[in-house]
Amino acid sequence: MTVRGVHIKIQDLTHRYTAKSPICFEKTNLEAKRGEALAIIGRSGCGKSTLLHIMAGLLKPTSGAVYLDDELVDKPSPRWVMMFQAPHLFPWMKVSQNVGIGLHFAGWSEAKKRDRVAEAINLVALQDYAENNVQDLSGGQQQRVALARSLVMEPEMLLLDEPFSALDAFTRAALQRDVRSIAKRLGINLVIVTHDIDEAVLMADRALIMAGSPGKIYDELDIDLPDPRERQDPTVQAMRARLMEAFHKAAGGAPAGGASCNGHEEPEIGNGGSAKPQVVSAAAMKKGKKG
Amino acid sequence: MNAVAATAGIGVSPGFMKSTGHGLFNFFAGLAILFALWWIGIFLVTLDPSMASFASFGPAPAFRAVGTLWHEGLIQTAIWTSGSRLGIGLLIAIGIGVPLGIFMGRNRTFGELSNTPFQLMRMISPLSWEPIAVIVFAGWDQAIIFLIAIGSIWSVAFSTAAGLAKVDPNWFKVARNLGASHWHILTQIIVPAITFDVLTGIRLALGVAWIVLVPAEFFGVTSGLGYTIEDARESLAYDHLMAMILVIGAIGYVLDGIILRLIKRYSWHRGG
Repeated sequence: MTVRGVHIKIQDLTHRYTAKSPICFEKTNLEAKRGEALAIIGRSGCGKSTLLHIMAGLLKPTSGAVYLDDELVDKPSPRWVMMFQAPHLFPWMKVSQNVGIGLHFAGWSEAKKRDRVAEAINLVALQDYAENNVQDLSGGQQQRVALARSLVMEPEMLLLDEPFSALDAFTRAALQRDVRSIAKRLGINLVIVTHDIDEAVLMADRALIMAGSPGKIYDELDIDLPDPRERQDPTVQAMRARLMEAFHKAAGGAPAGGASCNGHEEPEIGNGGSAKPQVVSAAAMKKGKKG
Repeated sequence: MNAVAATAGIGVSPGFMKSTGHGLFNFFAGLAILFALWWIGIFLVTLDPSMASFASFGPAPAFRAVGTLWHEGLIQTAIWTSGSRLGIGLLIAIGIGVPLGIFMGRNRTFGELSNTPFQLMRMISPLSWEPIAVIVFAGWDQAIIFLIAIGSIWSVAFSTAAGLAKVDPNWFKVARNLGASHWHILTQIIVPAITFDVLTGIRLALGVAWIVLVPAEFFGVTSGLGYTIEDARESLAYDHLMAMILVIGAIGYVLDGIILRLIKRYSWHRGG
């Protein structure tokens, strides 16, 4: 599988769902290098998930634009695919059929498809389950199928919307490690939206802290740690503490809104032992994004 | 229509489809009890000498008559004629009912607008359309096909709409994300997702159509299962009448069994 990353450029992105609804985020700017793993951390309702949907071309922004290597993202494409919180597999299909569905949409021949699907299934270590119905699989295995379904398209960018938050701690840890290692091996850009600080430290090269209402990127931190990253490693723990501190600082200073920008709160889900980020004060603060 | 109620009957599978010896035994035992009750009923009635002529309603004359009528080719002709009317009527019902159901399920305004009128139409006994059908259509055949179609269409449409309501909207998001066209979404997502519900609707429709078919053939036509029964009644050939009733029951059972098999084949609901 030959995959390459892409240069991401987000320019003055502003979004509100309807003219009357609150602004999700305003004039957000962001750049990411080819092959970079980026984590966007924020509380539920800060607009991070909306930002990801816009990056995937699943939602049109109110203003501003997302460019991938100077190509405007204005619709979904197999080149930039998204993994959701739940795997959303097609339950009437086998693992191999689920993985190959994108190639089927692209009109690939059965023979060509078979090889590529087998490769993607091997990548997520599910070769023994290729001919099983996806309903026979555990939650973690199903999320692996969803990962293979995304990777089979050889995307330039993989967008992850809290994809492991519904999984148990062990499965989550294994998938966090595997997704990062696969993305690094293939050179894909990762953009992970999460409210789990640990997840950001374990998976990303750089963490952006989004807070407030309307949401803004308040801070960013390079996560320059060697692979593989282990939760108990003192350097990982130290980075986690730094990120947590930065998060509290940003969240504490951000103006806290009431309801989220899309009118409903995202579910707060446990994050495997790490303390949950909390907004401690509602004092207003001017935009504090670095660099 | 209640989709839950519609699917509830699926657990009751025809005995002969069960692979276990126990199931097979119960299948034959149930039939034996039915025939025994039939025989006892006729036996008790014919104890009164004035009712002796009703003996030909019994199971033995009926089974003998099945052989005779089959040998004469009457059963085959009746099955073919009635089957054609039923098949065409059901095909029309499916051809209109499935797209109608998809539209009801996909378009909220249309779904809400059509709900009351369609529920009202569903509750009209299909046979009550007969006088109108006879006036509107040139031939009796077309009128019968219309009655079958009008009786079956609602089950198919409502089941399809109910099936569509259960489709996870995230599947569309995932499909779009992976480059699916509208055609792909229809053929690869919607159709497989709702096949189970559509087939359940067709099963209900078949039940209605099969019930409508026989009385609809009582008048006007000179062929088919309903006509053969009416003809037997008029010629006082009660053994022939009972033979045709047996044939109608058996065919209905087999047709239902075939659709049930299809439902099981296309059901992706676990534990369903």
